[in-house]
Amino acid sequence: MAEKKTIRFIITRQDNPNSAPYKEEFDIPYRPNLNVIAALMEIRRNPVTADGKKTTPVAWEMNCLEEVCGACSMVINGKPRQSCSAIVDQLEQPIRLEPMKTFPVVRDLIVDRSRMFDALKKVKAWIPIDGSYDLGPGPRMPEVKRQWAYELAKCMTCGCCLEACPNVNDRSGFIGPAPLSQVRLFNAHPTGAMHKAERLQTIMGDGGLANCGNSQNCVQVCPKGIPLTTSIAALNRDTTIQSFKNFFGSDKV
Amino acid sequence: MAANREFFNRKLHSLLGVIPVGAFLFVHLTVNFQATKGEDAYNKASEFMGNLPYLLFLEIFLIFLPLLFHAIYGIYVAFTAKNNVTQYSWFRNWMFLLQRLTGIITLVYVAWHVWNTTIQAKFFNAEVNFDMMANIVDNPVTLGLYIVGIVSAVFHLANGLWSFCVSWGLTITPKSQRVFTWITMAIFVALSYVGVTAILAFA
Ligand code: HEM
Ligand code: SF4
Ligand code: SF4
Ligand code: FES
Repeated sequence: MAEKKTIRFIITRQDNPNSAPYKEEFDIPYRPNLNVIAALMEIRRNPVTADGKKTTPVAWEMNCLEEVCGACSMVINGKPRQSCSAIVDQLEQPIRLEPMKTFPVVRDLIVDRSRMFDALKKVKAWIPIDGSYDLGPGPRMPEVKRQWAYELAKCMTCGCCLEACPNVNDRSGFIGPAPLSQVRLFNAHPTGAMHKAERLQTIMGDGGLANCGNSQNCVQVCPKGIPLTTSIAALNRDTTIQSFKNFFGSDKV
Repeated sequence: MAANREFFNRKLHSLLGVIPVGAFLFVHLTVNFQATKGEDAYNKASEFMGNLPYLLFLEIFLIFLPLLFHAIYGIYVAFTAKNNVTQYSWFRNWMFLLQRLTGIITLVYVAWHVWNTTIQAKFFNAEVNFDMMANIVDNPVTLGLYIVGIVSAVFHLANGLWSFCVSWGLTITPKSQRVFTWITMAIFVALSYVGVTAILAFA
């Protein structure tokens, strides 16, 4: 190859949580099968902008490098996704990188996803099995149901679905689609179901399930193919039934 | 449990959109459609509606108050969304935006429409009949605005039925939701036809 091919990146940067964002452009030497993270590492090695100005290295987060941890999520060419599985050859150029602004920006492409972890705590997205004595084996789960539930269990709390949701923003307290789908997952588990009503009550509270406006962006962007809108509709049915139980006073759990 | 005010408000908003407000819109357009069968047919139908027993009670509790609640809460809901169709231009996201836009258009239209019909009749001794409507839409501008208002209200109801079915957990699977998209859009086309041919009968 005679000429040296380069890839242009346009990156939205921000120095600290309170400073204004700005854009910088970088040219990265091309290699086949380059992913966005490898390109960011290239910038870190040689933090010089396209017009030759020396700058600070771009900050981002990563961990697993195989699309299971969710840490490296960012908005790539306008869509939220994981930068570790974003292959440069498959992207339109120049490649635009932005942080997921639905979350507080910590620095450059790093955002603070704490609200999602807080949400998981809030809805009790786990199965309580601890007791002060041996509780014995729990009820069994049919294999087909386990396989079905596994699909919901793939959520990596990456935040893409919250980023795309028009109702998750600073004007609303909406908890967002990911933790809702986790309620469906843990309510489907035979032991988890013992806390079903409690989880439903939680998502019937302020900022809960009813804030969804059915735009269905979440299910389109989820990298794990989680049927978020099916979960939401299923929970709509469960909470409708729960509200009847609450009002008419039959068994509440 | 009593603290779930937002959940209650949302469900009430959703329910009122269909019953009674949506049901009223359906009845109203059907009555208007009689105008396509001539002036007498229309006057007879509107006279029947005007002579319903407990009319004032029905108007206040089945139309005015539910619509007022749905409209006020609807504006609040519409303004808590950050629409993003330029970034995510998927069909459902467009419908989400259109639901909010048509809600606001419908509100403006209904206020104007009630002003030049019901308010005139109740407070300024005007009589509701074929001639009243014919006078309102006898110029192309008001006729055009009426058509926009009617089509947007009908769209809002039809697409609202779709999201109602999701919000109450009736349609859960993607397939049932897809089928309901077709059904509700057929309702949109059919009711638009009824509403628009009715208003054209006055022009
Ligand atoms: C002709 C009068 C109207 C009818 C028949 C009607 C009907 C409906 C229906 C059936 C729904 C679906 C409820 C759901 O998603 O569960 C709905 C939703 C909605 N309506 Fe209306 N509506 C009317 C007027 C209005 C007005 C005046 C506004 C004010 C802006 C409005 C704003 C909204 C909004 C924002 C939603 C979406 C709610 C959500 O998805 O959370 N509507 N409407
Ligand atoms: S379907 Fe509901 S949760 Fe999903 S993006 Fe739309 S509003 Fe958000
Ligand atoms: S549901 Fe999908 S998009 Fe949302 S956090 Fe989980 S993996 Fe990410
Ligand atoms: S680094 Fe874990 S998902 Fe990309």
